[in-house]
Formats: sequence, structure tokens, C-alpha cells
Amino acid sequence: MGEQYGLKVDPRAKIWQLSVGEQQRVELLKMLYRGVNVLIMDEPTAVLAPQEIEGLFETLRAMIAQGKSVIFISHKLQEVTAIADRVTVLRRGRVTASGVSTKGVTRQELARLMVGREVVFFVDKKPKQPGDVVLDVKNIHAENDKGLPALRGLSLNVRAGEIVGLAGVAGNGQNVLSEVITGMRKCTQGEVILSGDKVNNRDTLFGIQHGMAYVPEDRTHVGSAPNLSVTDNVIMKKYRKTPISKGGLLDMTAATNFAKELKQAYDIIVPTVNTPVRLLSGGNLQRVILAREISGNPNFMVAVQPTRGLDVGAIEGVHRLLLTQREAGAAVLLVSEELEELLSLSDRVYVIYEGKIMGEVKVKSMEPDDSLIEAIGLMMTGTPLDQIQKEGVTSHD
Amino acid sequence: MTESAVAKKPRTSYRIKVEPRLDEPPAWYPAAVSIGAILLALILGGIVIMIAGGNPFASYIHIARASFGDIGVLSDTIVKATPILLTALACSVAFRMKLWNIGAEGQFIMGAWGASAIILTPILPPETSRWLFIPVMVIAAMAMGAIWGFIPGYLKAKFNVNEIISTLMLNYIAVSWVNFWVFAVWTEGGFQMSPKFPVTAWLPRLTDYGKAFPLLRGLTTHGGLVLGILAAIALWFIVYRSRWGYEIRLIGDNARAAQYAGISITRNIVYVMMLSGALAGLGGMSEVTGVIHRLQTTPLAAGYGFTGIIVAWLAKLNPIVIILVSILFGALILAGREIQPSGVPKMIQGIILVCLIASDFLLRYRVRLVRADAEE
Repeated sequence: MGEQYGLKVDPRAKIWQLSVGEQQRVELLKMLYRGVNVLIMDEPTAVLAPQEIEGLFETLRAMIAQGKSVIFISHKLQEVTAIADRVTVLRRGRVTASGVSTKGVTRQELARLMVGREVVFFVDKKPKQPGDVVLDVKNIHAENDKGLPALRGLSLNVRAGEIVGLAGVAGNGQNVLSEVITGMRKCTQGEVILSGDKVNNRDTLFGIQHGMAYVPEDRTHVGSAPNLSVTDNVIMKKYRKTPISKGGLLDMTAATNFAKELKQAYDIIVPTVNTPVRLLSGGNLQRVILAREISGNPNFMVAVQPTRGLDVGAIEGVHRLLLTQREAGAAVLLVSEELEELLSLSDRVYVIYEGKIMGEVKVKSMEPDDSLIEAIGLMMTGTPLDQIQKEGVTSHD
Repeated sequence: MTESAVAKKPRTSYRIKVEPRLDEPPAWYPAAVSIGAILLALILGGIVIMIAGGNPFASYIHIARASFGDIGVLSDTIVKATPILLTALACSVAFRMKLWNIGAEGQFIMGAWGASAIILTPILPPETSRWLFIPVMVIAAMAMGAIWGFIPGYLKAKFNVNEIISTLMLNYIAVSWVNFWVFAVWTEGGFQMSPKFPVTAWLPRLTDYGKAFPLLRGLTTHGGLVLGILAAIALWFIVYRSRWGYEIRLIGDNARAAQYAGISITRNIVYVMMLSGALAGLGGMSEVTGVIHRLQTTPLAAGYGFTGIIVAWLAKLNPIVIILVSILFGALILAGREIQPSGVPKMIQGIILVCLIASDFLLRYRVRLVRADAEE
């Protein structure tokens, strides 16, 4: 059966002995054996090597030839145009294009449909001359939890007093990058320099002590301790120092006062500062985390998806806080999937794709710029910037 | 129970709806739920006693009288509660960090051995004054317990060895270790026990002051209680008021967040296991020098370390509440002997634990009775 579809696997091998590509073949065989008629594949190529992808495509074509249907979910435009007959584009849970034939559509058009072109939030961003490089990431290689390469030679830098955006479809290495920068994950190659100090492959404490703030993507599992009080959560990075620490003991009065101050200053809506944070709404919890991170007067801050899941009012609040950081001269790396957020807040935007930077663009004006959005869209789906410039933004495949 | 009865009637189409609690319940609520759970456990236990052919009220009154009835039995209750108190404190600090230290029993026994070694080796001569003996034995016991906690802690931190298995196995090693010493090295005339300790190495008992205060005559409550209460207060301060305790609580609640806050988890695993072991070891010292007065496995390895697990859990890991719960358990152990050597009182302990753990559900979820038609 394997040969019929070009899925060669040693039937006697144990699953753990197989490569990821072979494991996927086993999975496909299982489906075929069960007599599948409609096969749905969600990002099937994420774990495959280029040659394996070609093999997968051949299998899928063989299946289609036998009258089976395949739904192929991917954010990689080359793959979509290579394998699909018709395309449906989703953006934030809404269909923006349905059943378009791949024959008559260009990659540029698809990219635009994917990233959209929505009204840019109006934010009060003053022009500002960025200062020295605060964070310098040089040629970083790192692996994700599964031991697969997630960053492949990524470099970027952030200067004092600027917000640098990192655009990209989720799962292209953004989280691994933020963890490497903050010291929560080790990298296999390369280095991260924070104001002259090498910070990668040390512990998180080093970064904290050198003025690094981190707003993690996962607010409940990384950014806070759900069953501890607001007070306990806001002192997370301050409990080692006076006035909260007094000779190994915690001064609870000082801690409570500090929490009350933050509650006031950052509009955290909570009955008392002793309330466990698991009872807080998403926006309030995010304010707790931002309050904690900003109150340390950081000189560098990574914020990953800081507005995900928040309502409009809360999003505005977060944006304002990020801009205040920029005003105060901090370097901010803003990781987001919301293009309009990146374009309205950032001074520069890098685009990440499969653990590599596809290119960097300067955001000059607040006005949405079609060619800029199109270029970012193409980079997010795997076309490097120099190639776009060579082809010219209007060229067709 | 009545609610489900209502729900079953076909006419009134009510049904029980369980939903997560979003707001914080009032402060009295957790205590009320716990007391309710204990009452429910006593009722269930009563039913079992009834089935077994006993009178539940008479049994409970008997238990109460046999454990709190007069100052003599109250003192005996406290004697039973003391080792439980220290092992429960030991378990609570480990559990706080989600380290499942099942080895308080072994750490307790090793602590007892450590204290005994001071006397039997002898490191200090028998004529040593009490004021030197006791502090040295406290240190030795806590050190031995800490070593017995360090081993699984280090294995967990370094090689991610499951601490449940390693601490459990170390319990058996501890028993065999003490057996070896009492059989071979410190045996008294070939019996499996050491010679009796000199009186100066005994923890002072209330009865020792019987000459001055006749009221205290015959009361066996010993200095271990003082050690236990001091340890409980100290542990409360460590957990709730110290930097280290903050780290322990943070790791226990969310290890990822602790790492994010720059806290070394592996180092804390080792330290907390050592603290846990030291507290259990102190319990062993208190038992061997306060009650048994010689090193002997049989009365020593009576499962205090395991009862400590239950008590720590019942007290929701709060060191001060542990004092009260261990006295309750001391009473159950003592009075239990009056009724039946092992069966019923152990069973009541078990029922209480199950009810209390199940009652946690009520703290997290709200149970509401809703009309079935209100759903649509």
C-alpha cells in the first residue's frame, strides 16, 4: 500500500526510529487505510525538509488523481500555489477570499488578502531620533521544545527610544526568539548583546538585573502565578531588593504599598491587592504584568503579542504604555501578528519567517502604505525582501 | 443529595449546573466547607460503625472522652500529635512546591538515628548536661533528615528522578539502616534495641516537674511539642514572610513564572527537600528522646511520616493549621486504640481525607440548581 502512493516506510520499524517525515507518512498511510475521502492537513510541511515536501506533494497528487479531496492549510504561499487548485483565505477567523482558482491569482494578491489593509489606529507617536543600539542579536540559532531548529541565523537590533516591530505568522520562531533574548531558553549558536553585556545562555536573573523587561505571550502560564495575589505577582522582579526585601525577609507593608501604587497608576481594576490574579480579566492581568515590567524602568523590553485577546479600550491602554516606554528612551521589541498594530507603533519592522529575518522596513508615516503592506505580506509568507525588490512589487508569478 | 432527588422528578425539570467560580468566595467559606466535610465524614463513619454493629454516638463520645476527656488523656493525645506535627510540617513545605515527598517517614527515622548516634556512639558522654545534649541532638537529627531529603532532591534536580519513587524507597532503606545498627552495633543484650538513653538526653516531660507542681504528675507531654510549635511558627515565617518562601510559593504555583522571574528551580528543589527532611528528622529526634528513650525500629516506624502527608494536606499546607489538625489526628490514633486496634479509626481518617479533598471542588466550582427550561 505504501508503494502505491509512494509512501515508502519500513513496516517493521518502531515509530521512534523514524524521521518526522516518515512518521507523517505512517500517519497518512493510516488515513488511507481507513478509506479516507477528505483529508485535512494543517501546516503539514512545518516539520519537513524540502525534499520531503516534494515527496508529500507527489503523494497528495496521487490521492487527488484517485478522486480523493485534500484540504491543505498553510501560510506558505509557494506551497499553496504549487499544490492547490482553489484557495480560500482566512484572516482573523473571517473568510476574505473564497474558492479563488490558483491559476488566475498572483502571490501578491494572496498576500494582501492574508494580511489585510485595515484602518491604522491613530496613535500619538512623536518623531524621535533613536539612540544607541541597546539590543543586538547576532546570528542566533536555537531549537524549539521538540528539538527542531526554530531560529536559523537570525540577526536584528533595537536602539534606545525606538519601537521595533517583529512581524510574522505565529509559530515562525517569535516565541523562541523572545525566550532566547530573555534567557529562558538556550541558543545553540550566536549571541545576544544587551548594552554591551552578553546575555544569552545565562539565566533569566542576569537579564532582569540588567534592566530587561519581558511581557510574555502566555500571560497565565509564564507571566503570572494565577493563585498568588496581585501583590505577590507585582513584586516578582522586585522582591530581591529593598524596600521589599529586608535581610532575607519580605516587608509585606512595603510590598502592599507598592502594589497599591501600581493599582492606582495603571488602572488595575481589582477589589483588593490580595485578590489572586486568576480572577482578573485578560486586560487587567495584562495591566498587572505591564505595570510590573515598566515599574522596573527597563532599558530594554520585549513584548510578545501584548494585545492579544484584549478589547479595544485595553489595547489602546497597552499601546499608550508602550509608547511611553519609547518616550522614556527604552528600546522596545514588539512581537505581533497584528500588522496595523506594528505599523502604527513601530519605527522599523522586521519580518520573521521560519526562524529567519526576511527583511526590514522603515515605517515612515502613519498613513497605510500599500506597497509596504504588500511587501510585509510577501515576506511573512516566505519571500525575502531583496527578491521582492528585484522582482518589483507589481510583478506577477 | 437532596438536590439530585429533586432533579429526578420528571415534573419539575430542574437540573444541577456546575460552573467554575469566577469571584472569590467570602473568607469564612473555605473553613465552613472544611468543617462540613469533616461532619459528613463523621456521619459516613457512623454509618459504617452502625453496619459493623456498633453504636456510632457511643463510639464518638468514647473517642472524644478517650482523647480529650481529662488532662491525662489530653497529654497522651499531644504526645501522639507531636511527631505528626513535625512530619506534617515537613510534608507541607515540600508539597507547597509540588514536590511529593513521601519520604517523611524515612527522614523521621534517620533523624532519630542521628540523635541516637550522639548518645550511643558516643559522641557526647552520658554525663553531658541536658542543655548541651538537646541542641547537639537537634542539629544531628536535622542534619541526618536533611541528608535523607537531599538525596531525592538532588536526583530530581539533576536527573529528573521521580521523587515519589525515590523518597518511598529511601523509607525502606532508613528502616533497614536503623535495624542494622540496633541489631549489630548498639544492641542491648542481643535484643533488637539499643540500651536506654541516659536521663540527661531525654527531652524534659511535664511529669519531671511533678515534684514542684503535683498537677503535672504522670503527664508525658514532652519538649518535642515546644520544638514542633516553634518549627511551625518558623516555617510560617519562612513561607509567608521571607524571600525564600516567596520563591517556594511562586515555584509551587507556576514554575514557568518562577523561571521567568529569575528563580533557580533546581536549586530550590534541593533546598526545599533538605528543609523538609530536616523537619521530619527533628520529629524523629523528638520521638526517640521524648517517648521511646532508646533506638528501636518498632515503635519508631509507626507510620508518622505517612500520617503527616494526610495532615499537611488537610491543613491546606498552612503550618499554623497543621498544629490543630495534628492534635485531631493524635486524638484519633489514641482513641482509636480504645475501640479497635486498627480498623475503624484508620478508616475514619481515610474518610475525612477523601471528604476534605472532595470538598475542594466546592471552593473552585459553584453548584447551582437551575430550571431545565432556563437553559434554552
